[in-house]
Amino acid sequence: MEGTFIINGKEKTLNFNADERLVITLRNNGYTEVKNGCSEGECGACMILLDEKPVHSCQIFTASVQNKNIQTVKGIGDLYLPHIIQNAFVEAGAVQCGFCTPGFIVATYALLNENPNPTEEEIKQAINGNLCRCTGYVKIIDAIKNAAKSIQKERASL
Amino acid sequence: MKNLNIIGKSKKKIDALSLATGNAKFTDDFYVKDPLFVSFLYSPHAHAKILNIDDENAREINGVVDILHYKNVKQKLHTTAGQGYPEPSPYDTVLFDKKMRYVGDRVAAVIADNKQIADNAVKQIKVEYKILKPVFDSEEALEKDAPIIHDENSYMPIPVKYEPEHNLAAEVEIGFGNMKNGEKEADFIIEKKYSTHYASHAAIEPHSVISYFDEMGRLVIITSTQVPFHVRRIVSKVLEYPLSKIRVIKPRIGGGFGGKQEVFLEPIAALITIKHKRPTKIILSRKEVFQSSRTRHPMKITLKTGVKNSGEITSLSLNALLNTGAYGSHALTIVSNAGSKMLPFFNKVKNIHFLGRSAYTNLPVGGAYRGYGATQGYFALNQQIDIITRKLNLDILEYIKKWHIRTGETSEVFKALGEGTEGVTQTIHSCEMDKCIDLGAKEIDWYNKRKKRIMTGEDKVRGVGIGFSMQGSGIPLIDMGAASMKMNDDGSFNLLVGATDIGTGSDTILAQIAAEVLGINLDKIIVLSSDTDITPFDVGAYASSTTYVSGTAVKKCANKIKNQILKVAANMLNSDEKNLTVANEKITDTTKNKSVTFAEIGSYTLYTKDQFQVQASASYVPKLSPPPFIAQFAEVEVDKRTGKIRVIQFVSAVDCGVALNPKLAEGQIEGAAVNGICYALTEDYKFSKSGKLTNQTFNDYKIWTAADMPEMKTIIVESDEETGPFGAKSVGEIGINGPLPAIANAIYDAVGIRLYHAPFTAEKIYSELNILR
Ligand code: FES
Ligand code: FES
Repeated sequence: MEGTFIINGKEKTLNFNADERLVITLRNNGYTEVKNGCSEGECGACMILLDEKPVHSCQIFTASVQNKNIQTVKGIGDLYLPHIIQNAFVEAGAVQCGFCTPGFIVATYALLNENPNPTEEEIKQAINGNLCRCTGYVKIIDAIKNAAKSIQKERASL
Repeated sequence: MKNLNIIGKSKKKIDALSLATGNAKFTDDFYVKDPLFVSFLYSPHAHAKILNIDDENAREINGVVDILHYKNVKQKLHTTAGQGYPEPSPYDTVLFDKKMRYVGDRVAAVIADNKQIADNAVKQIKVEYKILKPVFDSEEALEKDAPIIHDENSYMPIPVKYEPEHNLAAEVEIGFGNMKNGEKEADFIIEKKYSTHYASHAAIEPHSVISYFDEMGRLVIITSTQVPFHVRRIVSKVLEYPLSKIRVIKPRIGGGFGGKQEVFLEPIAALITIKHKRPTKIILSRKEVFQSSRTRHPMKITLKTGVKNSGEITSLSLNALLNTGAYGSHALTIVSNAGSKMLPFFNKVKNIHFLGRSAYTNLPVGGAYRGYGATQGYFALNQQIDIITRKLNLDILEYIKKWHIRTGETSEVFKALGEGTEGVTQTIHSCEMDKCIDLGAKEIDWYNKRKKRIMTGEDKVRGVGIGFSMQGSGIPLIDMGAASMKMNDDGSFNLLVGATDIGTGSDTILAQIAAEVLGINLDKIIVLSSDTDITPFDVGAYASSTTYVSGTAVKKCANKIKNQILKVAANMLNSDEKNLTVANEKITDTTKNKSVTFAEIGSYTLYTKDQFQVQASASYVPKLSPPPFIAQFAEVEVDKRTGKIRVIQFVSAVDCGVALNPKLAEGQIEGAAVNGICYALTEDYKFSKSGKLTNQTFNDYKIWTAADMPEMKTIIVESDEETGPFGAKSVGEIGINGPLPAIANAIYDAVGIRLYHAPFTAEKIYSELNILR
């Protein structure tokens, strides 16, 4: 099949099989920043924003999201212009192996868009769909708190 | 610490931003043109002989390129354990065997143009089995009439006891003093049986391999490994393919924890590429990772201690039986480690006996797993000490402080027990165990909670417990790490290391060491690690060795570079080397107040006069394995109605020498501690009666998310390990040892039930509580 998608702000036409999951389509087309840790909707490594909502892309049929807005971690910020959240993860030591990190950044981005001043409990709930085996989450939670603070500071200074 | 600029600072991990933006590449992220895909057929039987394989139908499917199995692949015995050579693990594995030894054992591999075709073709292979009687229990496996699991010609490559005809994969025995006398001296004997369970490493990146021929016809293997150099060796030996024609590249790795110290996919990918001259990709599914990669070995432990009323232990007998599953990967060394890491802790015990055995069974295969036997051993010891001190009404914290090994002391065990063979005599140079206990206890408010059984609701009661341990830093006289460096025109340096960063941050730590020696900023060190064509050798990321072993190699190497630079600077400044100091990216003659920058030196050596490449290399083999120490504290809440456990607070206080990068060191402890807590409460392998793993998804095999987290605190208690690079010891493994016993001891503190058998599920606690009622 062929379909059109808006990926990180750009219109793209991609080929895919009828029963293909979005994580596979994206990865096959070079969006390898979307990771595949389980294909079963449990680990969150494949998390992307679909029309601004965080979803597990391994649980979505590609065919069902044609013409929709897809944002990967690279759409949030890249090496040359990283997002505050990405910098916060780096600073806090929240990135160990980093395989889970794109998913966590996506989840954090969605959280802070909706709720710029989350409590610790709200943070924990927001990243409840993401597994990290390396960090024990302590520094990930720190990073999200710091990111929230930095974003607020930035907004205040505007 | 002395004036240090880079060491001891929480520098950002050098690859962190690349990872956080999704730029960094893991194995499956590499593009290869038109690769072959592989799907495996696994045995549905725990123990069976294959009478015949009929792959005709499968081969006829469009897109199927080949099918590999025992009929068409050479049977070369080897071990999948990525250890030093010769490996202290039995050679009991071939790529495709005629005999199946567990549900999930590899029957055949379908190679096809895409994954879907391969998956479908797997179902078309017909296999005729002769089903054999299985054995699942490690004790039963050692009984006389047990079915023999390895009845072929498997052997041990080093001269140690190995009796596959009795399902005995390994045995080690040591003793000191006189057990009888020790027991006689005792006022009472405590003998308890403990057991630990299966677990998955559950690295979020599944095991992945890509292989292809490069433009020169050399075989390149990109793989999610902890041991690239062992991969090269094992692939070469198993396939009888020249080592010089193999290049192994380790890209970013999505966590290892021991699970990627196993070489079980690379030889197959390589074989396919060699046979079909096409790139090959093998990416395991999560189910396959659970079932057919490697696991933590379950262990049964009998611990018998003779104790005086004063608390002194007069005799200690440790009997450890490892269930190694169908193959003996690490079977000897992990059971040895249960003794060698645990017995020296109370080094005043004069009479010791240790028997460690590993049994083959028809269950999934054990392998290296963070903690490596010490986790299992300390589960028993910590509870035993809790039992003893409660019986004698002694303060357990004071008891541990009184009896643990300390600086300047030794233990005969160090010499007696090594990696399958003898170990190495060593004296402790640094130990801040007392401080770890004091600071940890203060943090968790021990004395206001211990034995208080504080109620927090009608049926909810709290308790606290401790889990102490020590680990090692590398394998002395066996592990080797090497580094090389060269200087560039602008005063930057390339640092090449064999050491394998699997997410731990070792690239960063090693760069910090080099930068510190040379007095330059971290960004002037360009690190390239783990490429067997480019970097020097290193055994890889295991045994808590990288900081201590590879770090020392880097330090030596950087010092050589420094000496070369000093000579050049002396020429350039027309000075005596004695008057030169190195700092802030320049070399200054203090007597003349003149200096040259590193950039000037770099340019001078390459373009100006007496040109040469400033470069050096260094290797390091440790003579010792200085142990880090840790005290870990759990506060739990038990719901007496349901048996449900909640961990309220978890504190780790660790002496890892000088923390070269405190944030990264904390991260190691935090990750290990949470892994250990899940291991204690939720992680376990569940098997059907016929030995099939039934919970092979993250949905059924529960590892924690952030929402499950207790309050966590990690305290770094610095000591100065004079034998380590800038005072460092290891920190990677030790944090996983404490949670299991600390939680067990805390549960006892709360409700008075003693859980000898992990994990601590609500059902188990509920039924124990009922017995109590
Ligand atoms: S890969 Fe989608 S949730 Fe794990
Ligand atoms: S950093 Fe490795 S899984 Fe999260």
